[in-house]
Amino acid sequence: MKLANPLTAIFHPPPTPGVLGVFGHVDAVVDAIGQLRKAGHTDFTVYSPVPRHEIEDALEQPVSPVRMFTLIGGIAGCAIGAWVTLYMSYDWPLVLGGKPIGSIPPYVVIMFEMTILFGALSTILGILFNALFAARRLGTVAYDPRFTNDKFGIFAPAETARAGPVESLLRGAGAEEVRRA
Amino acid sequence: MAETPTPRVTYDFVTRAIARTLGNPGKGYYALLTLAVALLSVGIVCLLFLLRYGLGLAGYSHPVYWAVYITCFVFWVGIAHSGTLISAILFLFRSGWRTAVYRTAEAMTVFAVMTAGLFPLIHIGRQWYFYWLIPYPNERGLWPNFKSPLIWDEFAIGTYFTVSTVFLIMGLIPDIAAVRDMATGWRKKLYAICALGWRGTNEQWRHYTRGYLYLAALATPLVLSVHSVVSWDFAMALVPGWHATIFAPYFVAGAIYSGVAMVITLLVPIRKLFHLEDLITVHHFENLAKLCLLTGMIVGYAYCVEYFTAWFGGHAAERAAFWYRAFGPFWWASWTMIICNAFLPLLLWRKNIRTSILALFVISIFVNIGMWFERFVIIVESLAGEPFERFANATYNPTWADWGIMAGSFGWFFMWFLLFVKNFPAVSISEVKEVLPVPQRGKARAS
Repeated sequence: MKLANPLTAIFHPPPTPGVLGVFGHVDAVVDAIGQLRKAGHTDFTVYSPVPRHEIEDALEQPVSPVRMFTLIGGIAGCAIGAWVTLYMSYDWPLVLGGKPIGSIPPYVVIMFEMTILFGALSTILGILFNALFAARRLGTVAYDPRFTNDKFGIFAPAETARAGPVESLLRGAGAEEVRRA
Repeated sequence: MAETPTPRVTYDFVTRAIARTLGNPGKGYYALLTLAVALLSVGIVCLLFLLRYGLGLAGYSHPVYWAVYITCFVFWVGIAHSGTLISAILFLFRSGWRTAVYRTAEAMTVFAVMTAGLFPLIHIGRQWYFYWLIPYPNERGLWPNFKSPLIWDEFAIGTYFTVSTVFLIMGLIPDIAAVRDMATGWRKKLYAICALGWRGTNEQWRHYTRGYLYLAALATPLVLSVHSVVSWDFAMALVPGWHATIFAPYFVAGAIYSGVAMVITLLVPIRKLFHLEDLITVHHFENLAKLCLLTGMIVGYAYCVEYFTAWFGGHAAERAAFWYRAFGPFWWASWTMIICNAFLPLLLWRKNIRTSILALFVISIFVNIGMWFERFVIIVESLAGEPFERFANATYNPTWADWGIMAGSFGWFFMWFLLFVKNFPAVSISEVKEVLPVPQRGKARAS
């Protein structure tokens, strides 16, 4: 018996059935988002080649939790910088001219640099994890290579039996092309 | 945006124009790449001699033990600075024009830090002991001295290299995805791996744009701190000519100045070789020239302040150091620096010079030369002219090993840069699109 590779489940979740609409205009996408939300759809995916505030506003998503990663990473970095410098100074004391062994002012430089380093790296992890969690939740959704070039897109998950109204909704909002996935 | 170049520049045009730079770049490109590799080979041969015969090959003589290698280190760290300025600081200021030039500047940052990082290793002489700088638990229970600015520098440069690299890679992800969706064959597979599954979904953009904002917000103080820390390598010492409180802002302004000049030097041939005239317009060059003018004036002001405080402070050693600078045996280096950095860029007040690509290219090269000499003047002349050491005053002359390794560093930098622009989108695809009018039904509205 072949066991499923756990990494496959994470990186390639099973395909989700639904409807994919290709749009040429951003205002059409915004209309479609409004109509889909009114019709009770929640977990649909919007593709765009550039980040657009219109789309963000129409989706009314909460602010990304990445900022918590940045904050925690930065504070951790600062603490690690303070710990590294002070611990190492007292572990191998350099006694010079009656000056303090652990003196804070020069260590601020290290603490600052470590704040930035850990803050930046945890921001990257925050982006990766959050995007990965979202992909896990939504499954493998249909995509079109034009979405990174000049087209916008909406994928709405729907069972085959219930795909008809979604198709007509996307078409009515101004989709150039609608197909089932 | 006012700088929307021509109506034919649409989303599709941008993707295709930038994806085209990944195609066959022509003979000019390969000629430049060959030149870079040849220069690098010269540097490698000199370095091998240095490894075999020791630092005696460098022209060190008492009291000048910091010379061309440290000059090159500060020069390349300085070059690195404008990249983060353009990509992070101007991002926070919402400058639309940065979109067309920031990728080049950011790549330049990463490769310049890579180049700079080699020089402390070359300079320490016993390169195989470089890991002693790293605070790691060892059998003797020794730790580095965190009160030394050299250790601060290690942390600052290490952080800067890491953060600017991840910043570059983050910016590249949506563009590599765009290229992936156009490529075929093995390239498609390669870009598919590099794009990390980017598809431009609302969830991806939501986390990405937030994260990018925070990265920019972290990189902004970082860029200002890094060259400040580099300046403290000098300012913390008591050497006349180094021991000045103005050093941190003076070095940061100088770094951004030299970096912007290097961006111009690099963009002119890149724009020509890859036919990017529609995307990188004269408008962008003019804005870079304005940045150059601003930072150049700050640098010119810092020169005045340096000389003024040396005189006004009334300290004999400081006065002697600056007299030595202007009229000592290295007068030619000091005056090259002052003319190239403080006077030549004043030409940029004229609009017809700011908008002439050729004039900008020539001025930017002179600024690069001037900024290299600025570091030479600060480092070598302050040491050579040290009044406490007058009795030991030897004539310092850089040797072939110094010049060879310096030439090699230029080869190393240009090689990485040229390989980058050929294999990755050298202009940001998604950010250039952001400042274009977004496609709307019936009308096109500028963002």
